[in-house]
Amino acid sequence: MKNYGQEISIAGALVLLCGILVLAAPGFFSRENLADLLLANLPVLIIGLGMTLVILTAEIDVSVGSMFAICGVIAGEVAKASGSILLAVVAAIVAGAVLGAANGALVAYVRIPSIVVTLATMTAWRSGLRWTMQGQWVDNLPANFQWLGLPQTGFRVAALAITLGLVAFTAWGLWSWRAGRALYATGSNREAARVAGLNTPAIVAAVFVLTGVLTGLAAALDAARFNQVPSNAGIGLELTVIAAVVVGGTSITGGRGSVAGTVLGVALLGVIAPALIFLGVSGYWGDAVQGAIILIAIGLEAVRLHSARRKMEGAGVAVVAA
Amino acid sequence: MGTLLETRGIDKSFAGVHALQGVSFALEAGEVHALVGENGAGKSTLIKIMTGAVEADGGELHIAGKIVARNHPSLARALGVAVVYQQPSLFPHLTVAENIALALESGGLWRRIDWRARRERAQALLERAGAAFSCERLAESLSMPEQQVVEIAKAIGAEARIVILDEPTASLSEPEVERLFRVIGDLRGRGVGVVYISHRLEELALIADRITVLRDGEVVATDAAAAMDRARLVQLMAGRVRDLPAAVMPAATLGEPMLEVRGLTCRALGVSNVSLTVRAGEIVGLAGLVGSGRTQFAECIFGLEPADGGEIRVAGAPLRARSPADAIAGGVGYVPEDRPRHGVVLDFPIAANISLAHLKQVTRAGFIDAAAETEQAQRLMAQLRVKAASPHQRTGALSGGNQQKVALARWLAAPDLKVLILDEPTQGVDVGAKAEIHALIRQLAARGLAILMISSELPEILAMAHRIVVMHAGRVAGELARAEATQPKLLALALGQSGEA
Repeated sequence: MKNYGQEISIAGALVLLCGILVLAAPGFFSRENLADLLLANLPVLIIGLGMTLVILTAEIDVSVGSMFAICGVIAGEVAKASGSILLAVVAAIVAGAVLGAANGALVAYVRIPSIVVTLATMTAWRSGLRWTMQGQWVDNLPANFQWLGLPQTGFRVAALAITLGLVAFTAWGLWSWRAGRALYATGSNREAARVAGLNTPAIVAAVFVLTGVLTGLAAALDAARFNQVPSNAGIGLELTVIAAVVVGGTSITGGRGSVAGTVLGVALLGVIAPALIFLGVSGYWGDAVQGAIILIAIGLEAVRLHSARRKMEGAGVAVVAA
Repeated sequence: MGTLLETRGIDKSFAGVHALQGVSFALEAGEVHALVGENGAGKSTLIKIMTGAVEADGGELHIAGKIVARNHPSLARALGVAVVYQQPSLFPHLTVAENIALALESGGLWRRIDWRARRERAQALLERAGAAFSCERLAESLSMPEQQVVEIAKAIGAEARIVILDEPTASLSEPEVERLFRVIGDLRGRGVGVVYISHRLEELALIADRITVLRDGEVVATDAAAAMDRARLVQLMAGRVRDLPAAVMPAATLGEPMLEVRGLTCRALGVSNVSLTVRAGEIVGLAGLVGSGRTQFAECIFGLEPADGGEIRVAGAPLRARSPADAIAGGVGYVPEDRPRHGVVLDFPIAANISLAHLKQVTRAGFIDAAAETEQAQRLMAQLRVKAASPHQRTGALSGGNQQKVALARWLAAPDLKVLILDEPTQGVDVGAKAEIHALIRQLAARGLAILMISSELPEILAMAHRIVVMHAGRVAGELARAEATQPKLLALALGQSGEA
């Protein structure tokens, strides 16, 4: 559980990147650019928190992008129908919880592998939304929908505060709640967790519901940046989120990882693409470099796993010899 | 004709423990040579040396008159050795014909497959093996005996000169056994040598020409089957009472019944109508051969698989365990056999493994109190003499014996444990730790716990248990009090024979 190797290397890479930017493109650190960058990446971070939990339990959820689109549209439609911003945000969160619960029930209780379930729901929800909206965006929103009725700066501060609060809350919960311990145990060795009396299906179902809730919230905050809601939002978002979590050191086989790692992973992947543009590299290279970072991160984990196994075997031999 | 396979003075040790010592065994052409012995007598190891799955430390292996210096599965196969394991290993999503072809057809990846010839050959082999089903069926649709027939067909098709059958009749019904014996008779008639492993002593008289008895990794006798009646076999297999692993348990003052099981049945696990009682302060040994349903019975009590019928009472209160959480809430603890898979989370620190089943014990106001958790771990680690650098050390880095102590410590942390079920508590544990674990189990019993101890080691059961329940084929075969229990009696019951041996 305690091994911050990957977090430290990611933080190092991030510092290095920022150092290069300070020297080569100080314009990157303008207030406006940083604020835009931050706001654009908040949804990735919020959903990334849920995805961290999902991957820690050795599951995966590729339907978050489709959930994100549906929840955003629901927030817009509810705002239009009721005129209440609060109700719109709540509706998005509830919708996320319901969609997440569907994933969770199929994975935990019907016992279909999560990659199959969420691939299916990803496609089904995306096409359902397309069919319902006929490609239309939600517009003619009430005037107070954008920025949730706050001044622009106020909205930014509020969104950041909510996100940071969630980050702290998740990190703390994983560390010190019984549920957090149960989650690590379930991801590390599901059978052993069950023998220890943990309700592993409930834990698996819960992480999917939580991911839905967080996706709903992220969708509402993201939709509120503009005065219309696209019905095709979040395409490819699941890959960005999963990449950030994995780059942050959460083991794709479950049981190992941290919220801090996910924050760093989101930061590194979020900064790298715009940074390349600031450094005068063609924007087309952005994806390639992100891909390379993912490969390096996974490669580092593979090396660590390998050496850990070697160490274990070494210990085994020593015991036999003794 | 002549000797097909011979071992001379084979030695093999695993981690310093002798599995085989100076084993000499010969298989003549056209004979059925039975190999018998208790669990752990070394039968499987000897088979694995013949098939090349394991390499001997010393001694000679001759196959077809030639000395085989470095045996290897593919070499053994090329020399005409075929094995049919108790658990067949077919590819479930392929048809029977494809499974047979995989074993028999050779050639490159790009050769053309003659589907018709493949089917015809497979069907012919199945018929010779005594089967009456189509080779077009998927392997996953076959019953266990049918799968076994396919394995035998593979052996016939490979024109094996040496066929090893590992407990082939364990899952067969009467007519299936007869059919198998006809096939074996046919093989023998063609000059094939058959090594036949079985726990069913009564059938050896029908099929075996010679019998070799293994005990503690040594050959204790090889003789004509006609000269080996059942009583002599059991005597040879059990031998004298060996040095006990610890002093024999003194008779304790027993309390009220703590665990009462009546008519427990679980079809999914093959447990039928098992009843037993364990009283406070009592250690009841659960003996039986591998596959007798002991572990499955324990899993059913612990709620890993819900029971179909029967009743469980813990300290008088009915327990309906649909999950381990229910069983734990009812005061039952379970230390499973497969430690790395079920017993402990190897990735967790020791302290987290100890607290896992009873996190509430170290929780203050809803949060895990790391200091309390560490303190609890330190206390129990000292009590159990767990050898580790600190409570924060990764459990996977410990030796087997120390991991087992951590698994036990988890239940010592339980606030209201009444019944503790131990499945092979000292398997894979070194001698020193074994004695410590035995002492601990006795302390726990003395404290008033009811202990149900599963063990395949008869001396361990004889030394530890007040009372011994023997299982056979998912049922209780008999019960023996401490005073009347002997290895031959236990073995006779475990082999499914009622009455005296």
